[in-house]
Amino acid sequence: MTSETARLRSKTWACSAVVVLANVFGDFSLKRGMPAELPTPLSYITVLFRPWVALGVTLLVLWLLSRMTLLSWADLSYVLPVTSISYVLVAFAGRWWLNEQITPQRWVGILLIVAGVALVGGGSAPQTFGPQSGERS
Amino acid sequence: MKWMLIAIIIAATCVGEVLQAIGMRRHGEIADFRPSALGRAASTLARNWIVIASVVAMGVSFFAFIGLLSFTDLSFAVPVTAATYVFETVLAKYVLKERVNWLRWLGAGVVLLGVVLVSL
Repeated sequence: MTSETARLRSKTWACSAVVVLANVFGDFSLKRGMPAELPTPLSYITVLFRPWVALGVTLLVLWLLSRMTLLSWADLSYVLPVTSISYVLVAFAGRWWLNEQITPQRWVGILLIVAGVALVGGGSAPQTFGPQSGERS
Repeated sequence: MKWMLIAIIIAATCVGEVLQAIGMRRHGEIADFRPSALGRAASTLARNWIVIASVVAMGVSFFAFIGLLSFTDLSFAVPVTAATYVFETVLAKYVLKERVNWLRWLGAGVVLLGVVLVSL
């Protein structure tokens, strides 16, 4: 492994970790603060001022920015599967912190997601693009 | 109402993410993480209409998502939106012209199967 490959790989993993954590805690915070219904268009705006929802939005903004940063050098078809571990962590957050009931079928689905993520993450390295041409280096 | 919100989330997310990838790729790799350099990158991106359009699409997706989240479980709402997966991998190959090897297809397929089971 060349030092350039190692640099890109560790940068990619660090950025991916920020993307995943911001996504999971952002979604959790949103649900934590969300009322049981949003009856009017206005309630979609006022709900944003609830503390948990505001925290969730802040984390999702961090998620968006860190994800854009990651996408500046990594393929979408790499970023999508790797960050999909978020779906698993979100399910655990729902089970543990929100007391949601998750059927055995859902847990099997979660294991399949983990397996799929491992396949993709272990099987391909991030590809990079030149700043102007868009060609693979 | 539930499935309409889900359809909006999926469509807006797909459009937003593909536009985001196109916009960021045109910008090029972000390699300098000093605050001043990140600020310059942000101001350049804020004038990139593809990036702006992607943020608008993400906004539509977000409001549909909080609408869905208000009356469904977190462990339903989040996995069900992962249906964007299939569409995006296909778009990555045919719109973004990325090389999607068989291992990625297989991995994405297995993830998708899991997502379907989670959301049933």
